[in-house]
Amino acid sequence: MLTIERALVDQIVAHARADHPDEACGIVAGPAGSDRPVRFVAMMNAARSPTFYEFDSMEQLKLWNEMDDRDEEAVVIYHSHTATEAYPSRTDIALAAEPGAHYVLVSTRDEDEVEFRSYRIVDGVVTEEEVTIVDSYA
Amino acid sequence: MAIEVRIPTILRNLTGGDKAVEGKGGTLGELFADLDVRHPGLRDRLVDDKGLRKFVNVYLNDEDVRFLAGLETEVADGDNVTILPAVAGG
Repeated sequence: MLTIERALVDQIVAHARADHPDEACGIVAGPAGSDRPVRFVAMMNAARSPTFYEFDSMEQLKLWNEMDDRDEEAVVIYHSHTATEAYPSRTDIALAAEPGAHYVLVSTRDEDEVEFRSYRIVDGVVTEEEVTIVDSYA
Repeated sequence: MAIEVRIPTILRNLTGGDKAVEGKGGTLGELFADLDVRHPGLRDRLVDDKGLRKFVNVYLNDEDVRFLAGLETEVADGDNVTILPAVAGG
């Protein structure tokens, strides 16, 4: 299950809307081992594409070093689909390399409604999980 | 002295759980071959027939080796190599 604060969900959705029709991507970092997403980090989509996303390699290194220094990890890795449902594509599954992360998919195909779903992707196996949105972890 | 190589979570099953390992070599390609002796299978996750695998980022002292000389990039004792799987998808 993914438990996440509403403000973070709003930031992810706002980023996805802003970059539409290109895919948006980023992470929410949290203390290592906590499974609690806390720090929203929007990343640039180096592919600038409506059908593909890829973190810029140097931006990724900088962020990963920073997380190391702060004893954080990428609790959530998110990206948007802009014309299809919020479900991992074959490419998403093939390239998923963080078995401990919650892979969040947002679809912006509908202007009014947003799909926000979360998955574990481990060894090519996708498992959807429940998303619980809270006002605050308190 | 040796070259320190930081290993991402997903490859630590090949290093006995170690976050960093040490190796030697004059080029990145030689370093990976050296690592593969003690951590069999590691090289195959990083390199294919065409060179460095797509969607694997390798950095030498915080520079992306794709902007250097790829597997031919020269390395030396005291250098730091970081391996990160690209975060990408469709």
